[in-house]
Amino acid sequence: MSDVKKFMYVNRKAPYGTIYAWESLEVVLIGAAFEQDVALAFVDDGVYQIVKGQDTSELGIKNFSPTYSALGDYDINKIYVEKESLEARGLTVDDLLHLTWEDENEDWAEKDSIQVVSSEELKKILDESDVLLNF
Amino acid sequence: MAIEVNGKSYEVDEEGYLANLNEWEPAIAEVMAKEDDCELTDSHWEVINFLREYYEEYQIAPAVRVLTKAIGKKLGPDKGNSKYLYELFPYGPAKQACKYAGLPKPTGCV
Repeated sequence: MSDVKKFMYVNRKAPYGTIYAWESLEVVLIGAAFEQDVALAFVDDGVYQIVKGQDTSELGIKNFSPTYSALGDYDINKIYVEKESLEARGLTVDDLLHLTWEDENEDWAEKDSIQVVSSEELKKILDESDVLLNF
Repeated sequence: MAIEVNGKSYEVDEEGYLANLNEWEPAIAEVMAKEDDCELTDSHWEVINFLREYYEEYQIAPAVRVLTKAIGKKLGPDKGNSKYLYELFPYGPAKQACKYAGLPKPTGCV
């Protein structure tokens, strides 16, 4: 038996301006191929990574936000967003991409991947992870 | 490096992947396949077109596991399995089909 580790990718930075957000997403997609238990957390300016309606045409950078919607296909369905970070930026869950996954065991029923959690709850979730990667 | 299609030259990287995916046209896939001694059938095109649609929607070329599952969902379990896909694309379904589709090499593919 292979031992499955719980990987947690913590995203703290705005999507453009630095390479962190895109690098994180690429590592997540690569890591998912190794069938580990993968979860993502979005905190601080990281919540902007999954805001819907992104338009990068003026920046001359590829808008990679559609790629987050593929996470469900990669069996990544634990996406935590810190409540306090959303509130501090005047955002609600309705401002975020609608990220879903399909449950193969329930005739491909579509389920939500995003869970908004308090900073206290997120702390517990981070504590339970085996590997923490900060971006 | 470049590939010659109908008298027009298209830039490709050192592994033969098209440099600019907007330049893609079906004839490019035909020429790439010929170089691999592969005759493109409707079954091949089904996968190539699927990959182009996937890229259009998600901006990535899917990993082979994801491709297999998604094909199974869209085209049925008799096509959504690695045996079927490897028979069509012996160099690796994601790798080879993405190349013909003008997409970059799948993320995580070495």
